[in-house]
Amino acid sequence: MKEFLEGSRAVAEAVKLCKPGVISAYPITPQTHIVEELASMVADGQLKSQFINVESEHSAASVVLGGVAAGVRSYTASSSQGLLLMGEVIFNIAGMRLPLVLTCANRAVSAPINIWNDQQDSISLRDAGWIQLYAENIQEAADFHFIGYRLSEDKSIMLPVMVCMDGFILTHGMETVDIPEQEKVDKFLPAYKPLYKLDPAEPLSMGLLADPEYYQETRYAIQETFKDVLKMLPKVSKEFNVVFSRDYKDLLVEEYLTKDAEKVIVAMGSVCGTIKEAVDEQRKKGKKVGLLKIISYRPFPYNRVYEALKNAKKIAILDKSVSLGAYAPIAVELKAAFSGKKKVPVISSFVAGLGGRDITLDSIREIFRKLNQKEVTLEFIDLKPELLREEYGE
Amino acid sequence: MFGPLIVKPVKSKGEPTGCWRVQLRPKYLQKNCIACNMCLLICPEGCISGKEKNTYNSNFEFCKGCGLCAKICPKQDIEMVEEGAVCVVKKETK
Amino acid sequence: MENKHLFKSGHTACAGCGQAIAARLVIDAAGPNTIVANNTGCLEVFSTKYPETAWEVPWIHSLFENCAAVASGIEAALIYLGKKDQINVIAQAGDGGTADIGLQALSGMLERGHDILYVCYDNEAYMNTGIQRSGLTPFDTNTTTSPIGTQSTGNIRPKKPMPEITLAHGIPYVAVSSAGYPQDIQRKVKKAISIKGPKYIQIHVPCPLGWRHEPNQMLEVAKAAVETGLYPLIEYENGVLISKRQITPKPVEEYLKIQGRFKHLLNNPEEIKKIQEIADNNIKKYGLKIEQVEK
Repeated sequence: MKEFLEGSRAVAEAVKLCKPGVISAYPITPQTHIVEELASMVADGQLKSQFINVESEHSAASVVLGGVAAGVRSYTASSSQGLLLMGEVIFNIAGMRLPLVLTCANRAVSAPINIWNDQQDSISLRDAGWIQLYAENIQEAADFHFIGYRLSEDKSIMLPVMVCMDGFILTHGMETVDIPEQEKVDKFLPAYKPLYKLDPAEPLSMGLLADPEYYQETRYAIQETFKDVLKMLPKVSKEFNVVFSRDYKDLLVEEYLTKDAEKVIVAMGSVCGTIKEAVDEQRKKGKKVGLLKIISYRPFPYNRVYEALKNAKKIAILDKSVSLGAYAPIAVELKAAFSGKKKVPVISSFVAGLGGRDITLDSIREIFRKLNQKEVTLEFIDLKPELLREEYGE
Repeated sequence: MFGPLIVKPVKSKGEPTGCWRVQLRPKYLQKNCIACNMCLLICPEGCISGKEKNTYNSNFEFCKGCGLCAKICPKQDIEMVEEGAVCVVKKETK
Repeated sequence: MENKHLFKSGHTACAGCGQAIAARLVIDAAGPNTIVANNTGCLEVFSTKYPETAWEVPWIHSLFENCAAVASGIEAALIYLGKKDQINVIAQAGDGGTADIGLQALSGMLERGHDILYVCYDNEAYMNTGIQRSGLTPFDTNTTTSPIGTQSTGNIRPKKPMPEITLAHGIPYVAVSSAGYPQDIQRKVKKAISIKGPKYIQIHVPCPLGWRHEPNQMLEVAKAAVETGLYPLIEYENGVLISKRQITPKPVEEYLKIQGRFKHLLNNPEEIKKIQEIADNNIKKYGLKIEQVEK
């Protein structure tokens, strides 16, 4: 049923339809509305969940770890500082191969403290072994939760999923969203059947010590499983389309007018909506431009990205995060995708929107213009030079 | 898939730790034992078993020779004696 | 004759380890319908080195500080499944994992009122990492991060009053026990399991390696701690002191002289006086001294 909803509410409705048995979260802007909505649903009896108010994000993640280890589908959400605080638990959950869905309301990372959107928080945990899906709009944000559980709990995958949605932009923005009926969700997402769980009827030990004789293979196993995830995402997308009549193609990328494009911008998240508008504008002027939207950041779809961009002449990557002291996170993956290939386009890397700085149509037009110039190794867009003249010391 | 290192309880008893004993081992005199069960309770390895009086003994495959059983016995019915036995370690093949 | 222990032989604890004794007594008393969440520490490391496990009950280890939170999640899951009444949940950790890094998760668990038994195995230092000082290390103890030297007689702070802290959360059961009194451990665990709500049991577990005594002295060391008044065995139900192990107090030297970690105090009457004061305060506070009844 189509409703005009705040993004957080849409996500809460989606989570409610997934029927998690244990929900635990700690408040942090801009995730708060999601969790408040869920608390409300539990209080009204709409959602029969154990709602555990914890004393920190580290404990929130630990509670849901315990919940899913005991065989019950669980859910949590966080952002920025909270996500980083639960950092070691994040690694723990993936390492223990426990299925889970976590909503990351993308927010900039302290210091300086900043509550507005960029993607630094989830990007900083890219090595943890979580599947990371980035939503462009609220419909995607909601849908990726059904997809997340379906993927995560698959016995051949058993890896946790982080659904990333830009804080404020998507969490507090409002869009018309289709919230499906429970029967449809039940058809797509069956009840969680644990591969292993804590149960006195069948005792087992989880979280053992692995010395050098055993550790490496567990990491290799996750790396190999990510290859399976690349194959499974398109399958799950097809199943999703059959039930919900929404086609996410291969759930790896979205090609927006890239087939004959000479210039393509590569980006992730809500900024893709703005870029699509800019692309339409340029196309009206007869310019052959396009957008490649990355949906699955982990596993990164190197082959798919190469196939989509191999005929482009100039590529601009727009990162909403940095890897300080090195190239930008998505730019690095793009360069890797073209490594060793015969024909390599001009690949320019741009960083924008940090700390919630607005990325406007003008910013995107500027990027298209810059693509006419030399290849850019790494450039920050929309910097304020007057701020850079402040000096300390003396 | 080499999994997440989840292990079902050891059906066999795990690597025998009896070879840790280097000096002393408990000798159960089985004369004045009152079956108070204290030796069974105090053994850190949990390798003492027994039911009626004078039936208690250690499983020497696991006994580390700490000597607590001898210390706790209210009837001094356990003595720590020189270890002379050859250590036999059975390696479990996976 | 086969033993029906739920914590099996073959683990790699040191000979004479107090914690191994206590851990086995706790799980045997709790029974097979128990799920255990364990923090990182000696117990976790020596009982679950892949591919072996000493645990016959469902058992999970996550991180150093979160067993109380993991247990909270397990308890929530069991309530959701309608199974909590049949299954006990135990969260257990060492003194460091309880009083220091794990204090937050423990406090949260107690405040939320989960039906979980929390057991703290107090060997009075970070033993697993090499005998470093923790919040439960006693005054004047020689550890690797509170070493003795020309400028130091050891740890400069008294033990963090963990039983009092948990009691202040208003939980239904708080008890202190010791590996020197195995039946006391069993009784208190059984009592705790029978009560609904959050429970805290702290067990004094001598560590032959860290405390520098012979393995077979574990009993006399544990008993001396109690009999000098330095480690009162107390029991609270709903905030009321319902039992305490009464003693004929021995001077604290009886406890200090049998452990290498206190060796440096034996020719230091000034420091011994401070420790005697701690013991005397305990004896007074809890009324530990057996009173002679005049006929």
